[in-house]
Amino acid sequence: MSQVNRLAAGGRIDRSKPMSFTFNGKTYQGFDGDTLASAMLANGVGIVGRSFKYSRARGILGHGAEEPNALMQLHKGNETIPNPRATQVELFDGLTATSTNGWPSAEFDLMSLMGKIGGMMMPPGFYYKTFMAPQKMWMTYEKFIRKAAGFGKLSLEPDPDTYDKINAHCDVMVVGAGPAGLAAALEAGRSGKRVIIVDEQNEFGGTLLASTQTVDGIDAATWADQATSQLEGMDNVLVMPRTTAFGYYDHNFVVALERRTDHIGPVAKTGTRQRLHRIRAHQVILATGAIERPLVFGNNDLPGIMLANSVSTYINRYAVVPGQRCIIMTTNDSGYQTALDIQAAGRTVVAVVDSRHTPDGRLVAAAKAAGIQVMAGHGVIEAQGGKKVTGAIVAPLDEAGDNVTGASKTLSCDLIAVAGGWSPVVHLSCHTGSRPVWKDDVAGFVPGASIQNQHLAGAVAGEYLLSEALNAGIQAGATASDTTSTQTFDCGDESTGASQALYLVPHTKPISRAPKQFVDFQNDVTAAGIELAAREGFQSIEHVKRYTAMGFGTDQGKTGNINGMAIVAKTLNKSIAETGTTIFRPAYTPVTFGAIGGRDVGELLDPARHTAMHPWHVANGAEFENVGQWKRPWYFPQAGETMQQTLNRECLAVRNSVGILDASTLGKIDIQGKDAREFLNRVYTNAWSKLAPGKCRYGLMLKEDGMIFDDGVTACLSDNHFLMTTTSGGAAAVLGWLELWHQTEWPEMEVYFTSVTDQWATCSFAGPNSRKVLEKLCTDVDLSSDAMKFMDWREGTVAGIKARIFRISFTGELSFEVNVPADQGHYMWKKIMEAGEEFGITPYGTESMHVLRAEKGFIIAGQDTDGSMTPYDCLMGWAVGKTKEFSFLGERSFSRPDTSRTDRKQLVGLKPKDPTVVIPEGAQIVMDPNQPIPMDMMGHVTSSYWSECLGHGIAMGTVKGGSDRMGETVYCPLADGRVLAAEICSPVFYDPKGDHHND
Amino acid sequence: MHHIYCPYCEEMREEEEYSYTGEAHIERPKDPAAISDEAWADYMFFRSNPRGIHHEMWYHAAGCRRYFNATRDTQSYKVHETYKMGEMPSITAETLAQAKGDAS
Repeated sequence: MSQVNRLAAGGRIDRSKPMSFTFNGKTYQGFDGDTLASAMLANGVGIVGRSFKYSRARGILGHGAEEPNALMQLHKGNETIPNPRATQVELFDGLTATSTNGWPSAEFDLMSLMGKIGGMMMPPGFYYKTFMAPQKMWMTYEKFIRKAAGFGKLSLEPDPDTYDKINAHCDVMVVGAGPAGLAAALEAGRSGKRVIIVDEQNEFGGTLLASTQTVDGIDAATWADQATSQLEGMDNVLVMPRTTAFGYYDHNFVVALERRTDHIGPVAKTGTRQRLHRIRAHQVILATGAIERPLVFGNNDLPGIMLANSVSTYINRYAVVPGQRCIIMTTNDSGYQTALDIQAAGRTVVAVVDSRHTPDGRLVAAAKAAGIQVMAGHGVIEAQGGKKVTGAIVAPLDEAGDNVTGASKTLSCDLIAVAGGWSPVVHLSCHTGSRPVWKDDVAGFVPGASIQNQHLAGAVAGEYLLSEALNAGIQAGATASDTTSTQTFDCGDESTGASQALYLVPHTKPISRAPKQFVDFQNDVTAAGIELAAREGFQSIEHVKRYTAMGFGTDQGKTGNINGMAIVAKTLNKSIAETGTTIFRPAYTPVTFGAIGGRDVGELLDPARHTAMHPWHVANGAEFENVGQWKRPWYFPQAGETMQQTLNRECLAVRNSVGILDASTLGKIDIQGKDAREFLNRVYTNAWSKLAPGKCRYGLMLKEDGMIFDDGVTACLSDNHFLMTTTSGGAAAVLGWLELWHQTEWPEMEVYFTSVTDQWATCSFAGPNSRKVLEKLCTDVDLSSDAMKFMDWREGTVAGIKARIFRISFTGELSFEVNVPADQGHYMWKKIMEAGEEFGITPYGTESMHVLRAEKGFIIAGQDTDGSMTPYDCLMGWAVGKTKEFSFLGERSFSRPDTSRTDRKQLVGLKPKDPTVVIPEGAQIVMDPNQPIPMDMMGHVTSSYWSECLGHGIAMGTVKGGSDRMGETVYCPLADGRVLAAEICSPVFYDPKGDHHND
Repeated sequence: MHHIYCPYCEEMREEEEYSYTGEAHIERPKDPAAISDEAWADYMFFRSNPRGIHHEMWYHAAGCRRYFNATRDTQSYKVHETYKMGEMPSITAETLAQAKGDAS
């Protein structure tokens, strides 16, 4: 098929590089330099998709980011990319695209029948109103509604591409490389500042690339090329085409997406497909331009109705004229330029229909001189056609553009170019919280005042003339660079007549009876729908938006929003300034999740922390669990074992002989200074004044509200030197907590905190034979029960390595922890395993550790406590100093009325009545399972395990007033219908007198 | 994303390096046992939560590990100043209102 709409000469395409592509199964030809949209139009492709709600045939409306209709599905093998806009897809050889919807095809769509028949009956809120009742049926309706809705399909394959992120800093960031942006970057670049300039298109120049104007006597596109070359030649300027600044965040943080390979194919063969640039700029210049508005009239969504400026762009930049017989509908002078462009391209301009009664600008005169028919004071009130526009109904309008004043007539055409004025691209400025401001002279919203170091230049500020934009760019570039410039540009005569602020072209019928007048093409929002929403009481523009879904599409209402707001304003008899605008949020155009994820996926999602002994654990078949970022051995299964069998074996080994645990992950904080001891007195509940060097003590740390925050053992290394241990997950929070109090409340104290968690490796081995194992490796410390008591620590040599040996226990058994510098941890572990071999030393993981400690009733802060448990609630009043001089953190709260209640939830042991049962953790506890719902909730189970050494299930839990309920029976009603009975008992199930660890 | 000047490192650093740690200039009562439950609860739980100028603490957790104070507008996120622990703000809602009054 030939390119019926391609001009023989002109444009920025390379005719020596033809490219073949397929759309909806048909093969077409285009050229290098085309977008998919320009190539489709060159081939006369009319219908590009079907609309969201009514399945109406839709064609290409625009030529860039504003495009609402031409959403494509790109394919390569099994890979498929949903929803890029054809107007932004650069053509490459072999490109394969399909429409994102339409069944059985976009050309012949059965769903459109529903749009035709049901159209009148599908007002805003249709789904809510219709499928509201009965409520339980919604799930059934939803299945079918979802099937019919939505755009595009995701690939079900893993993404084959890589993405990455990069941080950048600059003095001046310029967003947009049209006339204003180029001028700004040139000025900033010449000042020597570090400049980054980004533009979403493949070439810099913006509107200059399709302009017929001149800059200082040079053809506009040539000027753009020269400016770009100059910028590329400056070492201090980073030039980034194909890069969309999609988000503008606080403190001049701009995030931009660079498409590195999308112009080569949908899947990158090598390298990074897309890169996210995180740019921190001292000054930001927004030169984001403006988007032309369509006008709202009957059937204004027919394929063949396009933005006038887009038509000019296709002609001048891509050498494509998307029609043979063209009508221009305009409210301002810019439509006349399009008429001149069409005529220059050798196609017929049927008429320029101008809503203004006395248009008199320079371009109007030029069009008239060129013999173009001008119908002043008229409007296209309705388009005709089925799958493509075939004619326009034109009628005279009153001066205000509110009413049709006379008989209409029908003009035949195959293209209607619509020029409804311009909307500045305020999106990025909105992202930082600035509200756009309506300006009557611009007939659009411009960015409001900003607290960012932000400058505006060009059409984004309503400076629509080329010379205005260029000059504004120079001034913005100079201001942002702390320089001054008097440079100005001469772009010839740019005089322009006044525009008319017209949004909805009136029809002979009222809005509700007229043919559909579309406002938001992507979401099928009509003028009638918006009017109805206003009449139903939605007065806030934000509510109208949410009710009608106006602006909710992937195009964020770039073309439709202002028209919709104007209709709301008119319905409510207000001005647009009064009704205001909705706020645009990031992203300006859709961003792939791949780019947002970058390299932070898979095993790089979060750092994994490994202990020194990790390779041994892996080699010995450990299953791991995540504790914070740590990978901790969970249990060490042997061949053929179930998890429970493993746990039983590990626990019995500890109880009967010796087991070994990697305890390196426990947080370790080295505390030094002459006030270290007093500091511990203040942050721990118990007393530290008398703890002698060589001794350890268990401590509870509370928040000021008296609730347990963390716990651990702290050793006195010398009078002004302590080693604190924390829970594995709480290490960073505890360090921050200590620093907080030292730095903010007690800066006079001489005390220093250093995290040494990673510096030490800890082998904890427990069981009646643990001393015998250690004695084989350590000869310079008297390890006898009398010489080294429970809660003592000694410095000694273990397997030839200088070590700190702590006699502390989290299992209730005789237990030693050997701490060595981390680089010797693996060696030490292996030596202990060798020494323990004759005793059957058994490695165990966190799960057995939990069972063993629960048998002893030891809490785990964060599991058995939840930020609402005091030491007394946990039956740990013994760990609270009663006579401490300083009111330690949390002490004052013990006497608050709520904290001192005796019926608070308290920690208890729970012994299942059925000894074979293990109650699920989290189970709710009630006193009477036969009580009608809602039952009195008494508490819940916090820890629960099978205890092999005791031969029954054990649990800990919180129960209201539990301390006074010993021996009472409680019940756990489960979701599966079972009700498990348990007896409240002491949480210390094993060796209540502590004979074992004191052995 | 905020860009915050650490008064100890004397550099602008990214928000990712910091954590926010609540309202500044809340002093712990010197003798907690001597004050009423109400006064204690006020110290523990009640914070000002203004719309506008707020003096607050930040922790340079992934940097120098120092706590410092910032004067920040909770509405615009503008950070007016940062200052060391123990110092008082030079910019407050009152001084800004004053400056505004002088200007008009």
